[in-house]
Amino acid sequence: MADPMKIRANMVGDKVEVKVLMSHEMETGQRKDAKGATIPAWFIQNVTATHNGKTVLSAEWGPAVAKNPFLSFRFAGGKPGDKVAITWTDNKGDKRTDEATIAA
Amino acid sequence: MRRIVPAIFMAAAAAAFAQQSNTVQEIEKYRAALGDGNPAELWEARGEAIWKEKRGPKNASLEQCDLGLGAGVVKGAYTVLPKYFKDSDKVEDLESRLVTCMVTLQGFTPEQAKKDPFGGPGKKVAMDALVAYITAESRGMKMSVAATHPKEIEAYELGRKMFFFRGGPHDFACATCHGVDNQRIRLQDLPNLTKQEDARKAYTSWPAYRVSQGEVRSFQWRLYDCFRQQRFPELEFVSPASIALTMYLAKNSNGGTFNAPSIKR
Repeated sequence: MADPMKIRANMVGDKVEVKVLMSHEMETGQRKDAKGATIPAWFIQNVTATHNGKTVLSAEWGPAVAKNPFLSFRFAGGKPGDKVAITWTDNKGDKRTDEATIAA
Repeated sequence: MRRIVPAIFMAAAAAAFAQQSNTVQEIEKYRAALGDGNPAELWEARGEAIWKEKRGPKNASLEQCDLGLGAGVVKGAYTVLPKYFKDSDKVEDLESRLVTCMVTLQGFTPEQAKKDPFGGPGKKVAMDALVAYITAESRGMKMSVAATHPKEIEAYELGRKMFFFRGGPHDFACATCHGVDNQRIRLQDLPNLTKQEDARKAYTSWPAYRVSQGEVRSFQWRLYDCFRQQRFPELEFVSPASIALTMYLAKNSNGGTFNAPSIKR
């Protein structure tokens, strides 16, 4: 089971700024271990963000994204107290969803 | 014709200097950009959970651990470490104190508590996370290491000696790199740790998330790796030597504002 994400959501003007830290190895599949064997690829493939259940961001990621990724984005239409949920799914099918409340 | 040569040389040197300080500025920009989403926060969150989790043969949490400001006080504790503890009759830094608490409160053997000092690829360890959590609780506070107890003074003096002690195949001392102004390794500026300003800046920036390693590195790791780079014998985790050197560097940073876990390249 993956570690929880760290999500912050704040109002910036009339937009909501969301900052997310995810805990993930993000192995590219290009690296070799000490014995010379390829380390299998293991990375987040899909990221979706929902605001009160409605998708506000959806992304397809690849192995070029660094370990422990940081994602920051803004969307319109949110207000303090609303819920923002982030979900990622990796190429091994592992999945994690975390939620945060928008601060004023 | 001869006269022109030094002038050209000086111009070239000035250009090289300008380029170098420009590079330093660019690195500062890179750090600022990274600082917003420091993955060390993931370690801090994990460390808080481990601090409160019932673990070990005694099925106890670390919440009653005395880190220097009384049992269970985490806020600001890192600013007074290393310090002398009556119960263990030793000068301890944060990591060794955690080992002590894992033994006394949770019932681990010292070997078990010290087994995994540093994380690595695919290996998450409790120690890194605990260190990240506890040090983060001292962010923004001033360093105030007492170093007044006879054993604390002894550790400080031993640490100072070690800092200037030359040895190993390279005939190196810590002071070889860290006792002179404006030294660099590649593009990394090396702080002159004999000067208060530099000592404060350096000590208060550890532990740190190292982007190149994808790990949070503790101060014990920093010293361990400095020893490796000097080709010294391996610095044993939470050994009296490592604590003495930490004591010397921590006391020299007194008055500096603690600002870690930070992020480094």
